[in-house]
Amino acid sequence: MTNHRRTPTRVGLVGLAAALVLAGCTVADEDGGGADSPSTEGESTEALTPVSLQLQWLTQAQFAGYYAALEAGYYEEEGLDVEILPSGGDIVPQDALAGGEVDYAIAWVPKVLGTIEQGADVVNVAQIFERSATLQVAFADAGIESVEDLDGKVIGSWGYGNEWELFAGLNQAGVEDVEIVQQAFDMNAFLAGDIDAAQAMTYNEYAQLLEAENPETGELYQPEDFVVIDWNEVGTAMLQDAIWADAERLESDPGYAETTVKFLKASIRGWIDARDDAAAAAETVTAAGSTLGASHQLWMTNEVNKLIWPSSTGGIGTIDPAAWEATVAMALETSNETGATIISEEPAEDAYTNEYVEQALAELAEEGLDVVGEDFEPIEVALNPGGA
Amino acid sequence: MTRRLAGAALGLATLVLLAVVWELYKWLGPADGWSIGEARVLPRTSDLAMPHTWEILSRLADPLTAAPGAPSLARAVLAAGAFSFGIALLSWLLGVTVGILLALGMQRLRVVESAVLPLVILSQTIPLIALAPLVRGWGSRLYLGPVEWEPWMSVAVIASYLAFFPVAVGALRGLQSPDTIHVELMRSYGAGWWATLLRLRLPASVPHLLPALRLAAANAVVGTVVAEVATGIPGGLGRMILEFANFASSDPAKPWAPLLGAVLLGLVVAGLVALIGLPLSRFRRVEVSA
Repeated sequence: MTNHRRTPTRVGLVGLAAALVLAGCTVADEDGGGADSPSTEGESTEALTPVSLQLQWLTQAQFAGYYAALEAGYYEEEGLDVEILPSGGDIVPQDALAGGEVDYAIAWVPKVLGTIEQGADVVNVAQIFERSATLQVAFADAGIESVEDLDGKVIGSWGYGNEWELFAGLNQAGVEDVEIVQQAFDMNAFLAGDIDAAQAMTYNEYAQLLEAENPETGELYQPEDFVVIDWNEVGTAMLQDAIWADAERLESDPGYAETTVKFLKASIRGWIDARDDAAAAAETVTAAGSTLGASHQLWMTNEVNKLIWPSSTGGIGTIDPAAWEATVAMALETSNETGATIISEEPAEDAYTNEYVEQALAELAEEGLDVVGEDFEPIEVALNPGGA
Repeated sequence: MTRRLAGAALGLATLVLLAVVWELYKWLGPADGWSIGEARVLPRTSDLAMPHTWEILSRLADPLTAAPGAPSLARAVLAAGAFSFGIALLSWLLGVTVGILLALGMQRLRVVESAVLPLVILSQTIPLIALAPLVRGWGSRLYLGPVEWEPWMSVAVIASYLAFFPVAVGALRGLQSPDTIHVELMRSYGAGWWATLLRLRLPASVPHLLPALRLAAANAVVGTVVAEVATGIPGGLGRMILEFANFASSDPAKPWAPLLGAVLLGLVVAGLVALIGLPLSRFRRVEVSA
């Protein structure tokens, strides 16, 4: 009796163990295959220098230039094998760069200033976005025409370093009596009336509003339905998407310094392509794995182009010392609702450098490329419901 | 067979009931939701906050985007679900292996139990938001020979980190569950640790282990999706949830699709774990909650 009971036990356990082992093997085999394919690619392009770029958000047209450069093979022409890493909720690009995980990172200047003060040794090598894309949006009938009108209102903000232009604007206007609420990724709280003035990027959330149905008309919301406060106009705009590099490596490693020029050159060529053919760039981003709707993607490409072109600094990526100083000054003075400021003392002078971007621009200009975009005209993008 | 059919019918009926409750609340609930003070405890019933169940379902059949050749939303969600499933399964296997090895070590040596068990419990108090950048940072600096550290591996490590815990604790309790009298009987037979393990402790651990495996499966799925959000790796459900969250205002049915995908993923993984329980059913005289 006992024996009869025991034998199937062992068989059952052995069977289970075998099943687990087999399952483990299949998965492991698949992994091996998955990991092998990129490395074989690496072998065929052995002469290329591997470069990784950390974005500050998911794959989307905000980063169209880099994807366009990758797709067109500009990085490869410069001898670079570029890997673009999207970011999620918890990945901080400048931390990944300072930690040596990646070679370059895209991040907003005020956010990085805070990180630099905490000891990160990174340097701004190209200020790709010359203008700020952050808006504060209210309904047209909310009686909000200027920053002063935000007094006593409920204001939405994403926080996490995205709020500083808003606070700089409020501080400048002397507005203190506001209720700041944490805003979600969607605009539902604003549309439902929980928030009087919501934060929105021209290239993303503002478009979401224009893609949503107005229950009163049954049609999409129109720009006339809203009032926007544009920090560029208020004068509290801060520098946004910039390319950051590892300062210590730039000093000590001539190869990295050379790679930086090549990387900037190819990236700028990508942005030039995105300017000259926004539709193609939008498609490239979608093909790279973005699931944003087609009209939303094109809108984003077009709006991002407006932040870059025409360049008033002499060429895309050139850091305007005045704009840098203004951002630093605001980072020093602006206090948020807890009274904290971004930084407590001025960053070292070498927190930005035009050395590499100027070299890249000179080489591109020599090749006959237009790095200023004097005649840039944005296209008209018709948004579809849901951004489809 | 009839019992299983009845079970499936019951499951389906629950789904329908859930949909009915959703629609009833949407129909009868206060338009502005219900708040206690500042905190909203019941949602608004607007089409933005709660799209009709049939709109959520019919949106699944529509194309993902208006781009020519775009797959249907359902198809995109299934593809993302398959991607996450692969990672979740791997994480589960990793977590279960590590958990069982830890439990064996702790059962074998008292000193290991005293040293490791507090750490195991402590390990679960580290918030994922802190863990995700760390794992990615360490991974990128690992040298694995020809294999390069891929972003999805970070996700698998984070998810298995959540999955090993219930297994380690559950398996340890299971391995320690035989009565002293049975252990002493084995000793009187002259059976060593291995023989006692195979004949007594492992069979006795099954009622503790199976619920632990189920918990580990749930943790692996949640861990995978959340770690995908945290690291932003493309391809899976987590990233899709993050990306579609933007469209809650303009395409309200769309963000629900990856959530349905996550539910489906959870069901599939739970079903697989239930299959493991079948050949072991004769040991499940009593099932103990983990």
